[in-house]
Amino acid sequence: MAGYLLRRFWHMVLTLFAMATLMFFLFRLLPGDPTATVISPSLYPKAQEAMRQQFGLDRPLFEQYLLYLRNLLVLDFGFSFQTNRPVFEMIQGRLLNTLLLILPSMFAAYLLGAVIGAIAAWKRGSAGEVGLVFTATALQSAPLFWLGMLAILLFSIKLDLFPIGHIVTPGLFPEQDWRMYLSADFLHHLALPFLVNTLYQLCFPLLLMRSTMLSTIGEDYIELARMKGLSERRVLFGHAARNALLPLATTLPMILGWAVAGSVVIETVFSWPGLGLLMVEAISRADYPVAQAAFLLIAVLTVFGTFIADLLCGLLDPRIVYA
Amino acid sequence: MPTIILDFFRAVWRGPFGPTGLVILGICLALAILGPAIAPYDPVARNYDAAGKLLRLASPSWQHWLGTTLLGRDVLSQMLVGARPALLVGGLTALGTVLIGVNIGLIAGYFGGRIDSFLMRLTDMFLGLPFLPFIIIVLSLTGRSLTTMVIAMTLVMWRSTARVVRAQVLSLREMPFIAAARITGASDLAIIYREIAPNIMPIALVSVAFALAWAIITEASIGFLGFGDPSVVSWGSIVYDAYASQMMYRAPWWVIPPGIAIMVLVSAVYFVGRAYEQVINPRLRTG
Repeated sequence: MAGYLLRRFWHMVLTLFAMATLMFFLFRLLPGDPTATVISPSLYPKAQEAMRQQFGLDRPLFEQYLLYLRNLLVLDFGFSFQTNRPVFEMIQGRLLNTLLLILPSMFAAYLLGAVIGAIAAWKRGSAGEVGLVFTATALQSAPLFWLGMLAILLFSIKLDLFPIGHIVTPGLFPEQDWRMYLSADFLHHLALPFLVNTLYQLCFPLLLMRSTMLSTIGEDYIELARMKGLSERRVLFGHAARNALLPLATTLPMILGWAVAGSVVIETVFSWPGLGLLMVEAISRADYPVAQAAFLLIAVLTVFGTFIADLLCGLLDPRIVYA
Repeated sequence: MPTIILDFFRAVWRGPFGPTGLVILGICLALAILGPAIAPYDPVARNYDAAGKLLRLASPSWQHWLGTTLLGRDVLSQMLVGARPALLVGGLTALGTVLIGVNIGLIAGYFGGRIDSFLMRLTDMFLGLPFLPFIIIVLSLTGRSLTTMVIAMTLVMWRSTARVVRAQVLSLREMPFIAAARITGASDLAIIYREIAPNIMPIALVSVAFALAWAIITEASIGFLGFGDPSVVSWGSIVYDAYASQMMYRAPWWVIPPGIAIMVLVSAVYFVGRAYEQVINPRLRTG
C-alpha cells in the first residue's frame, strides 16, 4: 500500500508540473507581445518596465519558465490587471466557495444514485423503471446551465422560494468573514444550486449502478444466493448491490474531476462566487494572471481529488494496488 | 468498414430506444443541412410589426412561432440555424477523438512495456486536465472560432477512448488468432490494423456516440458562457443572449426551446449508443 501511495503521489506531482508547464507556454505563445498576458497594458510605461524586471520578462524564455515555477511554488501568481491587487488575495476565498457547493452535492448525488439505481435494478422491466431510466437519460442530456436557469425561473421568480443567485444577500456581510458560512442566509442561497447540481450529477451513478447490478445477475454467487432460498430483495441488496458498489467507486475520481471542472457552468448561472465564475469573469475582462491562477487551482483540485479517490479505491479493492 | 456500419444499424434497429434515437438523429441531421434554407426569417435580422415598431420580446404568434428576442430576432429561425454548429462541432470532435484515441489505445495495448507506460501516463495527465476551463482558455487565447473549438476539444477528449480501447487490446493480444498471424510472419502494423483493429470497432463506435453527446453539450456550454464563435448562431449562444439580456424571465419562449433541442438531440445519441452497447455486450440486457 505504501508503494502504491507513493507512486500515485509521484504521478500527481508529475501531472501538476505538466499542467503548469502547459499553461506557461500557452499564455506565452500568444500572437503579439508575450508580456501582454503578464503585465497589465493599462499601467504606466515605467511601472510596466519595473514589473518586466520583477517577473524576469526581459530574460530568455527558459529563465522565465524557471522563475514562473518558483513563483507558483510560493503561491505568487502576480497581480490582477483589473484591481492591481495580488492574485492570491482574490483567489483565497473562492476556493472554499467552490468546495462548499461541489463536494456536498457530489456526495449526495453518489449516495442517492447508488440507492435509486439499486432499486431500479430490483424493479427491472416495470413501467416505473423504464420511466426512471428515460428521465435520467434526458436529465443527463440536458445542459446544466439550462436546468439551472429553469430552476431559477420556476423556484425563484414564479414561486419566490429561493433568492436569485449569489452566496449571501449582497450587503449582509460587508467583510467576507467566516460567520457568513454559518448563517441561514447562506444555506438559503446554497439550496437551489445544490439541488440542481445534485439532480444533474445523480444520473450517472444511478444509471451505472443499475446496469452493473443487472450485469451481475448471471454470476455464480448470485445464483448461489438464489439457491439458498434468499428473497429477491436480499439477493439484490445483500449480494448484487455490494459488488456493484465497487465499479461505482472507481468512477468517482473521474466524476469528481468533471464536477469541479463543471463548476464553471453552475457558478455562472447562479452567480456563485467560486473559482469557476472567477475564471470566466477574468477571461472576459482579459485579466490573464487571475484566469491562469484560477485555472491552475481548478486543475489542482481535479488532480488532488483524483488522487484521494484513487487511494480510496485502493483501500476498497486491493486488486488495484497490486495490479 | 461498410459491413460494420450495416451491422451497427441492424443492431440498433432492435428495441424501442434505438430506432427512436436514430429517427431523431436523422431529423437533426436534416435540419443541420436544410436549417438555414427553411428558416422563415434571417436569424439576426430585426423584425418590425405592421406599424413599424420593433418586435421586442414578442410572444409566440403565427408570424413568429417561437416569439422574438430582445432585439426583435425570430427565435424559430435561430433554432433552425443552430442545429448546424451543434452537429458540425459534435461530429468532427467525435471523429477526431476516436481517431486519436483508438490509435493510441491500439499502440499502447499492443506494444506494452515502456511505450504503454509512457502513453498511459500521458493519458492520465489529460484525464487530470479540467475539460471546460481548458477549452475556454484556449478559445480566449487563440480566437473564438468553431475550428479552434473542435481542435481544443479533440485534444482533450481522446483520453477516455484510449483507455477503453487499450483495455480491450490487452485481452485481444493474447488470443490464438494473433499468435497465428505472428507465425505466418505478419508485421506488427499488419497485426494491429488488420487483425486487432476490426475487433475493437464496436467499442470504437460506442465511443463515437459518447464523444458526440459530450461534444454537443460542451459546444452549447461554451456558447452559453459567451466564448463561442461570435458570428455563429448556436443553441448555446441563444441561451447566452437570453441570459445576458437579463430578460429571459419575461420571455420563456426564448430560453426553453434551445435547451429542449439540446436535450432531445443528446438523449437520441445516448439511446443509439446504449442500444448498440447492449448488442455488443449482452450482459447489459435487461431481464
